[in-house]
Amino acid sequence: MSSDDDHVYLSLAEGHADDARWAFGTGFEDPLHGVDTTLPEGVDAAELTALCLALADDALVAAQRLAQWITLAPELEEEVALANIGLDLLGQARLLYARAGQAEGAGRDEDALAYFRDPAEFRNVILAELPNGDFAHSMVKLLLLSSWRLAQLTRLAEHPDPVLAAVARKGVSELTYHRDHAAQWTVRLGDGTEESARRMDAALAELWPYRSELYAAAAETQDEVEAVLAQVLDTARLAAPAATPVSMGRGREGQHTEHLAELLAELQSVARADPEATW
Amino acid sequence: MLTLADLGVLRDVRLDADGGVTAVLTPTYTGCPALAEMRADLVAALHDAGFAEARVETQLSPAWSTDDITAAGRRKLAEAGIAPPGAAPRRAPGPVPLTLGATRVADVHCPRCGSADTEETSRFGATACKALRRCRACREPFEQVKEI
Repeated sequence: MSSDDDHVYLSLAEGHADDARWAFGTGFEDPLHGVDTTLPEGVDAAELTALCLALADDALVAAQRLAQWITLAPELEEEVALANIGLDLLGQARLLYARAGQAEGAGRDEDALAYFRDPAEFRNVILAELPNGDFAHSMVKLLLLSSWRLAQLTRLAEHPDPVLAAVARKGVSELTYHRDHAAQWTVRLGDGTEESARRMDAALAELWPYRSELYAAAAETQDEVEAVLAQVLDTARLAAPAATPVSMGRGREGQHTEHLAELLAELQSVARADPEATW
Repeated sequence: MLTLADLGVLRDVRLDADGGVTAVLTPTYTGCPALAEMRADLVAALHDAGFAEARVETQLSPAWSTDDITAAGRRKLAEAGIAPPGAAPRRAPGPVPLTLGATRVADVHCPRCGSADTEETSRFGATACKALRRCRACREPFEQVKEI
């Protein structure tokens, strides 16, 4: 290791009075530290809490699934890309949990909301919690989730709550990169080899029905998302699966698959093992 | 040295009535783990400058854009081997258009040899704000701050 490297690692470990931290563990400084968090008149606190919580849960659970690709992705650049996308979502989740906690007014911070709620209290859509299949499966999932989230955030950028609006506006730039990434992989794999196209078809067949839950949760996004998906599939020479069940998933009501419990058990294990610990 | 002001993340510094000082930071990416580090460094620098009361506020809006990086900041990035960003994409209101084909040909010069014959190898680099590129002239890989 060169002396330059030594310096980099030493500087990471340097103690700061303000306890600078990296993106892990509990006890972070409030991500909305120093932001004017007054609730504007005319914004319903309960509605804002529910909205922020749902958006944060989608992001946290999706970020955890993306993180599970680390060390397993097909190439190093892709691993870095998936970690980056997950990190963007985790950042959005932190701000949204903090905002949800403020709007709720019950003294719960981002850690309480992320680490100390049970599966039935989570409001993420089912699509976000489904286990990672092969890479094609994860790209179809990312395409569906990012297209939908981008359409939501585009609209929420005009939300009367200035904090949610600011998080949404920033998120639009980030989600644009996520959706492009998934769309480009969909084209590469769909219009690739016989095997890659077969895997994309299989992933579409499994995941396509979960769109209904996305549109049930945010009906205003449907036309935009469907137009995006049609454009991607057309370019990828993939066919949308035929008629699918009308109702698929009620994650927004707290009805989840067993996969969420498993995911949360891992995500929450250290915080729950010692709730007083800061790590 | 590339400063927080060069990067455009330092939005304001003001003296307060109590003799303290308040600095205003804006995050680059929502999940950027360096924000806490930047905040700590800023407080440490203000303490060193003799301000016992040093506060840092976070400003979320307007969102940071790579257009906020100053001309000096761009020069220093290039000197450090990191290609500076091009102009950030301008978006009309309404749905964000999809980019399906090869990424647009940005005028990105290799920070090592200066050639404009470079290509993107990955849009996601070692940190959220950077893409990976390769120079076709000198064959060296390099990082670029990607437009946002």
